[in-house]
Amino acid sequence: MSTTLVYVDARSLSADGLGKAEHELLTVAGQREGDVVVALSAPHDAAADLGRYGATTVVVPSADTAAAPAAGPAAFVAAVARDAAADVVLLTNSLESKEIAARLGVKLTAGVITDVVAVEGDVFTKSVLAGAYTTRSTTGPHLAIVTLKANSVEPGATGERSAEVRTLEAPDPGPAAIIERTEVKPASGRPGLTDARVVVSGGRGLDGNFGPIEDLADALGAAVGASRAATDAGWIDHSYQVGQTGQTVSPQLYIAAGISGAVQHKAGMQTAQTIVAINNDPDAPIFEIADLGIVGDLTEVLPQATEEIKKRKG
Amino acid sequence: MSDAPAQLKVLVLVKHVPDAQFDRHLAGESPRLDRQESILSELDEYAVEAALQLIEAHGGAKAGHEVTVLTMGPDAASNAVKKSLQMGATQGLHLNDAALAGSDAAATSLALAAAIRATGDYHLILTGMSSTDGETSLVPSQLAERLGLPQLTLVSSLEVDGAEVRAQRDADGQTQHLRASLPALVSVTDQFDEPRYPNFKGIMGAKKKKTTALTVADIGLTPDQVGTAGSLAVAVSAEERPARQGGTVITDQGDAGVKLADFLADQKLL
Ligand SMILES: Cc1cc2nc3c(=O)[nH]c(=O)nc-3n(C[C@H](O)[C@H](O)[C@H](O)COP(=O)(O)OP(=O)(O)OC[C@H]3O[C@@H](n4cnc5c(N)ncnc54)[C@H](O)[C@@H]3O)c2cc1C
Repeated sequence: MSTTLVYVDARSLSADGLGKAEHELLTVAGQREGDVVVALSAPHDAAADLGRYGATTVVVPSADTAAAPAAGPAAFVAAVARDAAADVVLLTNSLESKEIAARLGVKLTAGVITDVVAVEGDVFTKSVLAGAYTTRSTTGPHLAIVTLKANSVEPGATGERSAEVRTLEAPDPGPAAIIERTEVKPASGRPGLTDARVVVSGGRGLDGNFGPIEDLADALGAAVGASRAATDAGWIDHSYQVGQTGQTVSPQLYIAAGISGAVQHKAGMQTAQTIVAINNDPDAPIFEIADLGIVGDLTEVLPQATEEIKKRKG
Repeated sequence: MSDAPAQLKVLVLVKHVPDAQFDRHLAGESPRLDRQESILSELDEYAVEAALQLIEAHGGAKAGHEVTVLTMGPDAASNAVKKSLQMGATQGLHLNDAALAGSDAAATSLALAAAIRATGDYHLILTGMSSTDGETSLVPSQLAERLGLPQLTLVSSLEVDGAEVRAQRDADGQTQHLRASLPALVSVTDQFDEPRYPNFKGIMGAKKKKTTALTVADIGLTPDQVGTAGSLAVAVSAEERPARQGGTVITDQGDAGVKLADFLADQKLL
């Protein structure tokens, strides 16, 4: 009997349900043969609810593991993986999850494959070199630790079942940093950048005013993104940056306004299904990858598009 | 609080990577990256800058503080060391062995951890936030795990205060203020200060600085522990994606916003 282990950060679980990226993990796990065991990062009242998403067993630590960044959750997940004799461990593709995955690789002598977009048996597909290549990888006889990019699968239907909840002692994480203080960035009320289906991004061409980007994003139900020039200028928080050193997004639709299309920006968005670019420079490199390119002034094009879309959506 | 180390020893990991400004290619049966046109990874320059600023804040090389840079890679990787020495690092280490070719993150972190153990006691190990070729960002956390060090990753600022390091981390939509006792492992993002350019004095001075070559045997490993043999994740196939074709380009005649809405409706994206 095979076992798929899924790591779920307790912060993604609430009375309203489970975060989309984690729901996708459980969907992939449910498509595999055998048991689906969840290792939850902290005790949680709604742990048994994970059965609705296909978990057969949820293992919770005796105490919250998050106090020791990466080290705490990794020590716990490794203990659960050994206990459950897991064949594959699935995590989200967040920066923290990748670090937990990295440490699990060492602890469990496992191969780690990040940024995965498709899972078929023991073969994991990802794109590399900023989307220039698609590779298929395996870990041979070794355990596979896999981080799955958001928007890789359609989240499956939820059921009625509740999962068996077990508690396991949280192991000593070893030397770890201490978190003195955390400032959570204020939520915008828009979809999250990495798992949004539509992203509207702005760059230096906005000249300091993100208003037209936000209006279009709201008309489309989209997330807002930005180039590094816009975040470096302080027009919008760094957490909105798309690109090599920001977030990697793969939405159905990416609209780039006032962004030239530097390699480092393209590295974070060129796997979007459809790309629209608005730029007043007909030679901007972004037009080389845009499905629809509009040579024009964004201060005119964006508000007109927003009005028209609102009108059509009624 | 305990005192700061009398002489700070900082190690920075630097990688030579294919220049992302050019097309990059995978080739061979278990596909590997073609490493022509390689440079010091831009993201590692921030780590070198952070190391230099740290020791400068404590009196610099004159006070006996040291910045050692370590690279792993073929002959050409020495360019990454050279550039770091020109920026101001004290000395270089170059782990260069044919057996290392094709290492995944597990084999890379194993070799780097062994090289670190074999060459000295460092108070801080600094890395870039990720390589610009593999882009997995697994190596910093794997090193922390292997060396039993606290990890402070993706930091945009750091300082050594007594025998402690303090850092600010911005990731996953939050800012964390972290603290750990030395020794520790730190990865630095591009939100850190701009890396300095080597000046004439730096370029001339680098010629006198020492780089030590290391083999797999020198660091106490055997060839089967590293390279393809020691890797746990293997690419079995690689397909070049057809380059994205530019589509239609229109020039705004006063109705481009409406045309954009038409396009989205046609594509069923509304
Ligand atoms: C190590 C490193 C990492 C990096 N990581 C990233 C990253 O993750 N993400 C990222 O984005 N960048 C990154 N960069 C920066 C990148 O190289 C570019 O500098 C950046 O993407 C440029 O942003 P931009 O396109 O907004 O600005 P610009 O290149 O200045 O382009 C602005 C565009 O706006 C157009 N424009 C101006 N006014 C208007 C108007 N009224 N209407 C329409 N168009 C207008 C201009 O024609 C121009 O094409 C990185 C750089 C380095 C060195």
